[in-house]
Amino acid sequence: MAKLPIAADQIIEKYGPHKAYAPQAGFYGAHEPDKLVKTHCCYCGMQCGIQLKVKDNKVAGFEPWMEFPFNEGRLCPKGVERYLQNNHPDRLLNSLQRVEGKGFEAVSWERAMDKTINEINRIQREYGRDAFAMLSGVSLTNEKSYMIGKFARVALKTANLDYNGRLCMVSAGGGNKKAFGLDRSSNSWADLAYAEIIIVAGANISETFPTLTHYIWRARDNGAKLIVVDPRVIPLARTADLHLPIRPGGDSALFGAMLKILVDNDWLDHDFIENHTSGFQETIDAVKDYDLDWAEEHTGISKDKILEAATLWGKAKTSFLLHARGVEHHTKGVDNVLSCINLVLATGRIGKPYCGYGTITGQGNGQGGREHGHKCDQLPGNRDITNPEHRKYIAEVWGIEEKEMPGKGLTAYEQIEAIHRGEIKGMISICFNPLVSLPNNNFVRQALEKLEFYICIDSFLSETARHADIIMAGSLHEEEEGTVTTAEGRVVKINAAVSPPENARRDGEILMEIASRLGAGDKFNFANSEAIFNELRLASKGGTADYYGITYQKIVDNMGVFWPCPSLDHPGTPRLWEDRKFKTPDGKAHFNPVTYRPAAEVTDSAYPVVLTTGRVVSQYLSGTSTRRIGKLVDQYPEPLLEIHPKLAFQYGIKNRDLIKVKTRRGEAEFPAQVVETIREDTVFIPYHWGGKHAANQLTIGSLDPISKIPEFKVCACQLIPTGKMVSEDATEAAYQSQL
Amino acid sequence: MPETNYNQEMAFFVDMQRCIGCHACEMACAECETNGQESMIHVNYVERAVSVQTTVQVCMHCENPACANVCPADAIHQDDFGVVHTANTSRCIGCSNCVLACPFGVPKKMEEAELMMKCNMCYDRTSAGKKPMCATVCPSQALYYGTKEEIERMRPNSVPVNSFVFGNQEVNTKVNIMMPKGTHQLIVD
Ligand code: SF4
Ligand code: SF4
Ligand code: SF4
Repeated sequence: MAKLPIAADQIIEKYGPHKAYAPQAGFYGAHEPDKLVKTHCCYCGMQCGIQLKVKDNKVAGFEPWMEFPFNEGRLCPKGVERYLQNNHPDRLLNSLQRVEGKGFEAVSWERAMDKTINEINRIQREYGRDAFAMLSGVSLTNEKSYMIGKFARVALKTANLDYNGRLCMVSAGGGNKKAFGLDRSSNSWADLAYAEIIIVAGANISETFPTLTHYIWRARDNGAKLIVVDPRVIPLARTADLHLPIRPGGDSALFGAMLKILVDNDWLDHDFIENHTSGFQETIDAVKDYDLDWAEEHTGISKDKILEAATLWGKAKTSFLLHARGVEHHTKGVDNVLSCINLVLATGRIGKPYCGYGTITGQGNGQGGREHGHKCDQLPGNRDITNPEHRKYIAEVWGIEEKEMPGKGLTAYEQIEAIHRGEIKGMISICFNPLVSLPNNNFVRQALEKLEFYICIDSFLSETARHADIIMAGSLHEEEEGTVTTAEGRVVKINAAVSPPENARRDGEILMEIASRLGAGDKFNFANSEAIFNELRLASKGGTADYYGITYQKIVDNMGVFWPCPSLDHPGTPRLWEDRKFKTPDGKAHFNPVTYRPAAEVTDSAYPVVLTTGRVVSQYLSGTSTRRIGKLVDQYPEPLLEIHPKLAFQYGIKNRDLIKVKTRRGEAEFPAQVVETIREDTVFIPYHWGGKHAANQLTIGSLDPISKIPEFKVCACQLIPTGKMVSEDATEAAYQSQL
Repeated sequence: MPETNYNQEMAFFVDMQRCIGCHACEMACAECETNGQESMIHVNYVERAVSVQTTVQVCMHCENPACANVCPADAIHQDDFGVVHTANTSRCIGCSNCVLACPFGVPKKMEEAELMMKCNMCYDRTSAGKKPMCATVCPSQALYYGTKEEIERMRPNSVPVNSFVFGNQEVNTKVNIMMPKGTHQLIVD
């Protein structure tokens, strides 16, 4: 019954997104708050420190937190405006139930719980336990991630649990595990400021992790050279020493060709390769034919630029390589990541001061959220759900029999496919908006419509939540205490600033009540977040992501603790691998041979243009919160199609012309932004919007074979000018009318 | 004007090369308690069709402010730190002389309020030892508030410049623009 009960525009009228420019009660309280609460921004993986001003149990503004060492008060526009998500007119204050033809109506907790439990029981009785699935998000704290992992396996007893990190950095996780046996950026950002050469590949740092730019500019003040690999001239690339405008999908060809140049010129750390790595010979054999002509053809970057990049990297003494979704969102995401790591290992520049490598997590708890067991194949401490010893240890912590623990389930997009096939009949989701964030979202919508029962825990009625039978009014970031782990591996403390308003409840409490009604109450008897964290510490003990030595007090005293931190007297580990003891079975870092292969869908005469997607600075992921904050919306009100003037000329496209973009999966219209800052063969659309403006109607659901991450970053499209124009002033009205 | 307690060593520095066009400064400026939710700093693309370069426009706090000099109502006050304050509400007659006189095009007339408004370097914060909102949040530190020694140590490849030449008029300012080493004066035609 997961069809919309009434037309989408009627739902939008009532539940938004509406734009808020001020707290609902005005700015009353911002001058004389009752208290200032030290916490962190709720958005990206930088997790900038911030203080929230609280008046009468409402967030009324913010004050920079100058002492927090990573950002020292610095924030991006999302951080500045994040306080407006609290006390927002669209906030769900009651749980809702779907009423056919009428929309949604408020429902008591008692009724919402009864109905949910009945449906879970019915579906599992009729179709088996795995027919009820769960999807969660990594904007949630470590405590909630841990609890969800346990909830799905112990209370719901389903194998089918996965999370939206599956759309984010799982390729990096897969690569890190293969190469190092552990999945975390190798260094704190502090090392970045002193590296001689920095490669930023497929990471629009200036828009998606803006507070990190300061570290890059500091490095440049210290003489660092900067290489940016991106199909667009992102703001960070504007002044880079070298910009490599790669054709989407060409990453492993570029890094493979660079590796070959390192070998040809003997820019290698032989001692490190011999004593601390394995697999070098097979890896360089795989790239022996990658000469510059081949590389130019497969990357779309000129030979001399590739040579220059390899020379800069090869000759340096210290270096840092950073990547993000541009490298990871591919059917060969893991290969791309491994080809980056191969460059780092070949030069031995890891585990030493000012030498590092890492992925930048896009979601607030992208790091911690991938360690505590809400991935379909994973148990807390980054343990493997198929490993008998790991299962046994966690079963003991959870107080269940090992054989009761479900096995490996389906990944996020595979779950959607299983729903579509009719194998999964019910779902509960928390903090996940797949209708905007998954690729091929017309298919996702069809799948949602096939669910017999769908329950959603959220604070706003997201595009996906509109399809739910029951929506439980959950909590915002500032309403529940917990910890998150930043992209540099620092575990920080989130402090509750306010309590949930009216009949909304803390997510943790909601999950505990469902668990208890499903008969697992004794396993979910947590007095508070700290109690959950203490169980998490124990569950992670001895795993690769070991949090055992981290306590709430220690985090507060040190403004964060880097994991691994195996014992209470351990100071934490900002820089990994100084001891050269890698977490792989043989204790060595592994080179991995990578053979270049093309994207799942390449251009042809029917679909001749490459489409790639990404983000803008004023929006966060599927925009559930940021599309409700007035100034963030106004800064970039609509998704634009970035197109190079030469390509635009071929189609007779001018700035602000409305262009229909068509792929094999769908079509949608976007105003053109004709700019020289993109490759001539590629167009770019940001993906934060839903409905008719969703870039993900067009993207492809092909997955990386290892990480199962979708190929958001490349597919083939047609451009069809509509003959209409959208003026900037008319933008909003024009867009609203298309909803 | 309330009593102030500025640290006289502090100055404001703008480095356009670093700006990533994120608009955090604008949004934070509007949060400053004196601005009534209006931003007094403005970020613009130079020419988006060809580049992502942005500029930030902020009041330069001239040593000898043209805006204050031309004000017939004596509404614009410069304090002992050199901050040129926004027009005093009770005096400003909304004549726009300041808007026309400022060589940097800074003061804006708020039509609804019939009042000139401009940046006053977050004097409520700076006079209490804090940094201005925009420079605090700027994620790339294209806006920096600190001492001259600090910035010279941190950014060895550039120099702060606070002398501008407009035709045959020289304007010295409290706000510095970071320029490549060797630059002493900026000639604005
Ligand atoms: S969105 Fe990221 S960079 Fe921006 S303030 Fe929040 S944590 Fe910092
Ligand atoms: S920059 Fe303009 S507004 Fe600012 S002090 Fe100088 S003349 Fe006045
Ligand atoms: S906050 Fe800094 S980087 Fe962002 S637009 Fe303003 S000056 Fe530029």
